[in-house]
Amino acid sequence: MNMLKTFRKGGVHPPGYKFSAKKPVEVLPLPKQVVIPISQHIGAPAAPVVAKGDKVLVGQVIAKSAGFVSANIHSSVSGTVVSIGPALDASGYKKTAITISVEGDEWLPEIDRNATLKKDFSLSTEDIIAKINEAGIVGLGGAAFPSHVKLSVPKGKKADVLIINGVECEPYLTADHRLMLEKADELMVGTIILMKALGVKRALIGVENNKRDAIANLKQKASQYKGVEVQALKVKYPQGSEKQLIKALINREVPSGNLPIEVGAVVHNVGTAFAVYEAVQKNKPLVERVVTVTGKDIENASNFVVRIGTPISNLIDKVGMPEGTAKIVSGGPMMGKSLLSTDVPVAKGTSGVLLFSQNDAKRSEEQPSCIRCGKCVSACPMGLEPYLLIRLSQRNMLEKMEQEQILDCIECGSCTFACPANLPLLDYIRLGKTEVGAMVRNRKK
Amino acid sequence: MNKLLVVSPSPHVHSGESTKRLMYNVVLALMPALVVSLYYFGVGALSVTLLSIVSCLVFEFLIQKFLLKVKPTISDGSAMVTGLILAFNLPSNLPWWIVIIGALVAIGVGKMSFGGLGRNPFNPALVGRVFLLISFPVQMTSWPLPNPLRMGGPDAVTGATPLSVVKEGLAKGELMSNISDQIPSHMELFMGAMGGSLGEVAAIALLIGFVWLLATRVITWHIPVSILTTIAVFTGILWFINPEANADPLFHLLTGGVMLGAVFMATDYATSPMHPKGMWVYGVGIGLITVIIRVWGAYPEGVSFAILIMNAFVPLINRYIKPSRFGEEVKHG
Repeated sequence: MNMLKTFRKGGVHPPGYKFSAKKPVEVLPLPKQVVIPISQHIGAPAAPVVAKGDKVLVGQVIAKSAGFVSANIHSSVSGTVVSIGPALDASGYKKTAITISVEGDEWLPEIDRNATLKKDFSLSTEDIIAKINEAGIVGLGGAAFPSHVKLSVPKGKKADVLIINGVECEPYLTADHRLMLEKADELMVGTIILMKALGVKRALIGVENNKRDAIANLKQKASQYKGVEVQALKVKYPQGSEKQLIKALINREVPSGNLPIEVGAVVHNVGTAFAVYEAVQKNKPLVERVVTVTGKDIENASNFVVRIGTPISNLIDKVGMPEGTAKIVSGGPMMGKSLLSTDVPVAKGTSGVLLFSQNDAKRSEEQPSCIRCGKCVSACPMGLEPYLLIRLSQRNMLEKMEQEQILDCIECGSCTFACPANLPLLDYIRLGKTEVGAMVRNRKK
Repeated sequence: MNKLLVVSPSPHVHSGESTKRLMYNVVLALMPALVVSLYYFGVGALSVTLLSIVSCLVFEFLIQKFLLKVKPTISDGSAMVTGLILAFNLPSNLPWWIVIIGALVAIGVGKMSFGGLGRNPFNPALVGRVFLLISFPVQMTSWPLPNPLRMGGPDAVTGATPLSVVKEGLAKGELMSNISDQIPSHMELFMGAMGGSLGEVAAIALLIGFVWLLATRVITWHIPVSILTTIAVFTGILWFINPEANADPLFHLLTGGVMLGAVFMATDYATSPMHPKGMWVYGVGIGLITVIIRVWGAYPEGVSFAILIMNAFVPLINRYIKPSRFGEEVKHG
């Protein structure tokens, strides 16, 4: 067997726990009420365009993109706007959200809800990007970066390859895996559309080798399309991170402080490619997504198509909350956020809901001093020195942290995962990053 | 839901790796060498080892409890590793009170005076060992000769190590071809049949320990391999130039503290660099200094000194030799 590709520097191997990999995606019944935050993406929050008491349909814009780096927000249900005001989201803060009570399920008439595969490649680059922008599509891998921004290649730069991220390197999560099995045709069409939007002739779909059924399925579909290749990758976290995936697939390194376009690549998640298919071929905005609900104590770990704004409690009730659940994480266990409450709604970037028992909820209380074993340095996929950064951060040495390239940290958590002394490495690095980031921004002013 | 949820920053999972697991794997990796030592040097090897471990644990406990007034951490295994490695650097017939002094210096001066685990600049066991070597040169260099299972009679006969036989011989102007009759064969050296510190003699046992440390991911290969390669290349060049005035590279690798030092002492976490680039600089430095001391220095053996000298450079290495950052190799396809 030939050696599978992967990225070279650092990385860790957390156990997979992909309990829901064999569970076909089910449609979650509509909730009674949805809470749709106006900021579900990186960038400016969208500006609400509805008022309390308004009647809305599924797919109707309820908050408009408020800048280039921003995204439209659509109603995911039909019903009446109950309120616009602060509501708790996954960040743990109360932020503005639009609450809609659900009445029936009426969609905007222009949305094509027919399941037949549509392949219409006649649209121009500008039209494709405009449709993606209109549909409010953001990166569905978790970071939720507005997709049209990534597709608008800056002057002087040129993309030569589109990378579709089917790595799903986070343990537990299987939403992308299921999508690659069940919606591979749509994914291919989405990929071709994205290639067209970027003007590239080549697309690489990277999938880790723990999803062999998905690889086989995609390879078979890809053979019908010119320029689309599927590449199996060696399993290693954080391969789903853009920079690591580009390195693994085409052996190019994005320089410090730059975006992937610097090396001619643009990366989109498989979920995003599917959403692009629906937006461009079916006029369907981003109003639902696939979410994995799982945990070691859940017998019925599953994948659901969920309307944006559905309370996470609805998902948990569907699988049954195990006795003794002590922590609930939105996203994967390496980078996800632990939630204050189950009232938090599913947002565009919500890839999974994990339930942890008491044993797995807390970090070890035992925290001996740093033994300088260097495991954090070996684990860091960015070639940084976490043991040094934590010390600098604890002493608030901003200039020194900047020199040590703290801003390159992708917050993957590999250092904290690997540390035998259970040191809160990433916690302090995050603090340091925030401070250094503020310092750099002030300098530019 | 009325129960409060646990909220903490990511990551929410941990590898399960712990300081204890790492330390006790080092202890396990040292066991083959201890078994060989028992075979050649008898009960003396065991009593020195046990005494050294117990003394290290007791001193660490007393210092933490009564001087530093902190919660004792002797169960983390690090003091046990120091005790074992100190013992491995001592002759098996060393008087008991010298062992205790060595343990006090190793733990008290070498480790706790700097703040304990992870904060000491020099390998504690080596600090203890070198202190004893300078303070008690006679006792520290009367090496029992190997006496498998006490077959050669109960009394341990002492003699010179192969390294000092060679050093003295060459100093007197003898040729290597004549000296080689007075030293064990390479095979005997590999199996540990020579005089020396109780844990350093058997290369084979130490290499088994090395494999264990690699398999359990306690250490990486960089430091041992860089040290052994440097010693082999350097002594190989000398030997190639004049095989009558220099011992062969294999002899240098198999004798003295090279294997013990390269695998177990130079790789001590706190006193070695944090990443492979720095490890190479450090390992090559140890190899060079070891050979310089052995060939041109006053002592027949130089591993301990070489490691301590390079320990002093570790902060500089960590400061000036950085791992290659992601994004430094920009490649355009």
